[in-house]
Amino acid sequence: MSEKPSLEVRNLKKHFPLHGGLLQRQTGTVRAVDGVSFSIRRGETLGVVGESGCGKSTVGKTVLKLLEPTAGEILLDGVNVTDFSPGQMWSHRRQIQTVFQDPYSSMNPRMRAGDIVGEPLENFGLAHGKERDEQVAALFQRVGLRPENMRKFTHEFSGGQRQRLGIAKALSVNPEVIVADEPVSALDVSVQAQVLNLMIDLQEEYRLAYLFISHDLGVMRHISHRIAVMYLGRVVELTDKRSLFTRPLHPYTEALLSAAPVPDPTKKRAQRIILPGDVASPAKPPSGCHFHTRCPYAIAECKTIDPALLEVAPGHQVACIRRPLGGDLAPLTPTV
Amino acid sequence: MAAVTDAVVPRAPSLLAKTGTAIRRNPTIFFGGTILLILIVLAAIAPWITGDPLKLTPSQRLRPPSERWWFGTDQYGRDVFARTIHGARVSLVVGLSVAAFASVIGLTLGLLCGYFRKVDAIVMRVMDGIMSIPSILLAIALITLTRPGLGIVLVAIVIPEVPRVVRLTRSVVLSIRSQPYIESAISGGTRGAKLLIRHILPNTMAPLIVQATYVCASAMLVEAGLSFLGAGVPPEIPSWGNIISQGRSFFQIAPWSILIPGAFLTLTVLAVNLLGDGLRDRLDPRLSRRM
Repeated sequence: MSEKPSLEVRNLKKHFPLHGGLLQRQTGTVRAVDGVSFSIRRGETLGVVGESGCGKSTVGKTVLKLLEPTAGEILLDGVNVTDFSPGQMWSHRRQIQTVFQDPYSSMNPRMRAGDIVGEPLENFGLAHGKERDEQVAALFQRVGLRPENMRKFTHEFSGGQRQRLGIAKALSVNPEVIVADEPVSALDVSVQAQVLNLMIDLQEEYRLAYLFISHDLGVMRHISHRIAVMYLGRVVELTDKRSLFTRPLHPYTEALLSAAPVPDPTKKRAQRIILPGDVASPAKPPSGCHFHTRCPYAIAECKTIDPALLEVAPGHQVACIRRPLGGDLAPLTPTV
Repeated sequence: MAAVTDAVVPRAPSLLAKTGTAIRRNPTIFFGGTILLILIVLAAIAPWITGDPLKLTPSQRLRPPSERWWFGTDQYGRDVFARTIHGARVSLVVGLSVAAFASVIGLTLGLLCGYFRKVDAIVMRVMDGIMSIPSILLAIALITLTRPGLGIVLVAIVIPEVPRVVRLTRSVVLSIRSQPYIESAISGGTRGAKLLIRHILPNTMAPLIVQATYVCASAMLVEAGLSFLGAGVPPEIPSWGNIISQGRSFFQIAPWSILIPGAFLTLTVLAVNLLGDGLRDRLDPRLSRRM
């Protein structure tokens, strides 16, 4: 707690205007991210999990200032970068790097691998020419690629190798924070494990802070220290990995965990919770708790009261009115 | 021991076989390119293979194609073969220069429009304005205001072609800007001109090259049209348009003086369009295997 967090986000909001009609007037707002707060320290991985469209990738892009936040604050190593112009942000980009989801479209198809990895070094004036090539070669080796491949184009690499390239590029400027947006979801399971292990090794070596976005609970369990569960633009539960998997407190987390396959065939899986209906549109979120329309434990108040994220147990935050401060943490009984 | 050396070594495909494969894979590029290449060579060596296209031989007026006059002669006894081959020079120069100028101007404006929103609003309205001017009328107006010559014909054709290139480049730039590799470059600290030149520009080239071939074909047709109307290159420079125009009144007696340059024009435009179609298929990463 003595150290200030590498990345801190307070009440972050990102709304996208919806335009329609003949005159393209604003007809609505998509609340992609609607009040998200968290902090990550050096050497720590915060996982962000949730289903498609819950706003987890938008959190990543907004934190990177690739999207301008609508409201809230982003503190990078204690510096409030929220309202920085692209020019002001540039000098801080060295501290926060990113690994993208799609290893095929996240690299310029007309550049050579070595140039892609070495570009940040040139941009920030850290190394040029021969010196740059030497550093790139070292990075290649560090992420498990052969330096001979520096002259190749990215389409000549496999998916796993490309993701290693992405990691090498992120690593090149020695950042504090790496935002990894679904970095392994496009890879085979065996390659996923290799890339995840590489990321864990690098984290230990360089004390990197990871904001790790994924929809895959198995991947989360492997890499994260703490996990934030998102639903419709909000964090509904935020706690350490162990408590999340052993004692989920939010009904949505519980349903999410019950849907994940158990890798041990001898174990009987817990009763599966099938949520009724679909995720509501973030343009028209339900009143009160966004989850009440699908929640098996919903009570009448859920429709009106918007639950705040409360720390109901040490280090365990949850946003549910059925989990009040000092309340019972035992499993809930369905109301329907 | 000897058996080892007898092992069958797969032979590298011969040059002929490789060329054959290339033709089968991209027949349109091959045929379009070959026709165009032959025409360029003919136009380049025209003064050495033909006679003087302006020389009048009044005793040999309106002769049909023969051994002496391959493509016949016109009403002044000029050699249609010499005139047609020299006319190729005008068409090719106009086609290629218009394609080059329109591409460079259009690419520059298109890049700026796709990249800077403020530039976009202004330039695109100007482009919409230019597109609403009938190109033939603009050319006629420009040429009547100045002395006729190849230069002014080029300017007159380039102006209406530019907006098409700008629109294409702008839309390509907009789609590239939303690609993850651009976000990736920005988070890697790439900014300003470097982002534009290193990441966006190279990825606009493929559609631009294809568009340039269409601009080239269209410029040749417009030039022929202008010359036919008498608003193109001056009559002392033979061009397919003015050859056809001058042969018009003698069409029934000497159809060759119209049909032959007309056929050349059609063939050239066809060749350029074939090349463009072939390149479009070849350069589209979704349609082609990468080399």
